[in-house]
Amino acid sequence: MILNSKKIDVKTIMQERITSGNGGIADMQTENIKKRSNSFDTVASSRKNNMGAEKAFNAVLLIMGIIVILILAGILVSLFVESLPAIKYNGFGFLINNVWDPVTDRYGAVPFLLGTLLTSFLALVISIPFSLAVSIVLAEYLKEGWIPAILKSATDLLAGVPSVIYGFWGLFLITPIVRKIEMSLNLPPYGVSILAASIILAIMIIPYSASIAREVIPLVPVDIKEASYSLGATKYETIKTIILKYSMSGILAGIVLSLGRAIGETMAVTMLIGNSNILPKNFLSLIFNPGNTMASVIANEFTEATGNIYLSSLVEIGLLLFIVSFILNVIGKYIIRKFVIE
Amino acid sequence: MKLSHRNIFVMFLSVLMALTVVSLVSAAGQGETKGKAKNVELLGAGATFPYPLYSKMFDEYNKLFGVKVNYQAIGSGGGIRQMLSKTVDFGGTDAFMSDKELAKADGTILHVPTCLGAVVVTYNLEGSPKLKLTSDVIADAFLGKITKWNDERIKALNPGVKLPDRNITIVHRSDGSGTTFIFSDYLTKVSKDWEKQIGRGKALNWPVGIGGKGNPGVAGLVKQTSGAMGYVELIYTLQNKMPYALIKNKSGNFIEPSLETVSQAANIDIPADTRVSITDTDAKNGYPISSFTWLIFYKEQNYNKRSPDQVKALLSLLWWVEHSGQKYNEALEYAKLPEAAVKRAEVILKSVVYNGKKIDFKQ
Repeated sequence: MILNSKKIDVKTIMQERITSGNGGIADMQTENIKKRSNSFDTVASSRKNNMGAEKAFNAVLLIMGIIVILILAGILVSLFVESLPAIKYNGFGFLINNVWDPVTDRYGAVPFLLGTLLTSFLALVISIPFSLAVSIVLAEYLKEGWIPAILKSATDLLAGVPSVIYGFWGLFLITPIVRKIEMSLNLPPYGVSILAASIILAIMIIPYSASIAREVIPLVPVDIKEASYSLGATKYETIKTIILKYSMSGILAGIVLSLGRAIGETMAVTMLIGNSNILPKNFLSLIFNPGNTMASVIANEFTEATGNIYLSSLVEIGLLLFIVSFILNVIGKYIIRKFVIE
Repeated sequence: MKLSHRNIFVMFLSVLMALTVVSLVSAAGQGETKGKAKNVELLGAGATFPYPLYSKMFDEYNKLFGVKVNYQAIGSGGGIRQMLSKTVDFGGTDAFMSDKELAKADGTILHVPTCLGAVVVTYNLEGSPKLKLTSDVIADAFLGKITKWNDERIKALNPGVKLPDRNITIVHRSDGSGTTFIFSDYLTKVSKDWEKQIGRGKALNWPVGIGGKGNPGVAGLVKQTSGAMGYVELIYTLQNKMPYALIKNKSGNFIEPSLETVSQAANIDIPADTRVSITDTDAKNGYPISSFTWLIFYKEQNYNKRSPDQVKALLSLLWWVEHSGQKYNEALEYAKLPEAAVKRAEVILKSVVYNGKKIDFKQ
């Protein structure tokens, strides 16, 4: 029976094709078009209903966007309002005085400003070779297999470790090493120092700069790379002259991102920086002496601050931190734009 | 597609309304649970130093009388701020409120002491010898004037101890703390130079040294750094078996810090409002860097629509802390209040009023 019916089917189809010729296909096409136009009709008829959803969707997007801007503006405004008494009291001296003394109500932000900038930039300098190397290895040398997979997830994992863990680890591992270096240089063996904090910060920001560099390096067009090879360039020369140049803006974007992270980091830095407001007297002590950062002085002193001016001055430090990270971001964006290859 | 301004406005309004409704509903829910609960709940906030003791006391009190006490250890400064904004039933502080701070309050704030704490000088030297120190040596070391462990002045105080030719690395608290206040209060009393250069406060302008966060931070840095000298709470050295110095008190005796000698330090004339600094105590066998820690509350208890029941519960709790609650002090390594201090506290608690009238509470 089954066999029979199949035979019949085949036969009828054959017959149809013979009789209708090309027309059969044409018919099918017109039918398809009809079906499509039908579906167009349904889209058109339901468009009226969808217009409402469309509007609502757009409105939600718009509102969410506005809320984000409002939150940012709100933070800035409330920081400004709260620090107004301190701004009036401290005046411009806040930015040039290096004494922070809550007992006599003298507040100067220089030690913290210096500490924040020093640790952040030192951390960047230490981290760049590592993040660049990791992303070049992943993009150019080891593309498949388990080693790059481990390397990739290891760098990503670095971003997920809580900063207090970094702080503890640094306290037990990095400070003794720094102390040994200090002793060999005949410096006071503090251990906790700008250098120790910068090293831990560098490790913390590697995943941020590496993640973007890792994404942009493979985007370098293959034909340019091959052109370089065909001209006789070695791999090193190709990386140096073609790949790094071509992906420079992306790499810089990652570095700017990681700088933002480094400036605001509090916990790990507080544990390792030594929290001293004494300004360094020479070049070596700039790196090896204990220091303080804006974020850590806020974290350290906010809970126990009672005086109005004292509290307000701490908020003013927060405002300064906000402004500094904003300025560095703008500079970063400017540098990125300069390096874009069009 | 275009979106008219009106539509955006309507959308925004509806989101706002939704938010208000949600917050109203949740607020109503809270009100309900508060109304339904038979037990009164008391809210306190402040000093971290006595927190382990308070949490033990309040837990026991809840078991005995069914009154829940929620104490948040946010720091003395936070406790005072919460008290000034009248958001809590009571606050806790390691340094009594100054006249200037009290003047800022809307109403009279009262203090009762709950226990005693002390600050000890700890160090990292081979063999952890028991050192004897005097106030001027401590002040000069923390001012950076004595820089070596084998300084003549330290050697003269400790004839039997072999002191190394090593730099003294000062370790202080990086966070604002009552511990720093007590320590600097002592040094301000005993050293003219300290008074001029540094003064007393919860956070100071340190001339030398490195800062660690909290007692564990200071203790950790001292343990790591050979030749370090720092200050931590007595309770912390007792629990962590760290070396500490005997300190010469006003009467000329070298006193080893202990619960006993700290309690002794409070054996002085205590003023009626109990706001007294007992550092550099006159007591003959008292340890000189000791201090009370206080609970604070308003004299006029009718604020923020607090009910008479809540006020009575608060007073009963405070009465209990001053009397039966004291038996938990020494088990947790806090020094007990001397009898004189308890007597003062009793008078203060009885002076509390509600709408200007005396309150009859369970003692």
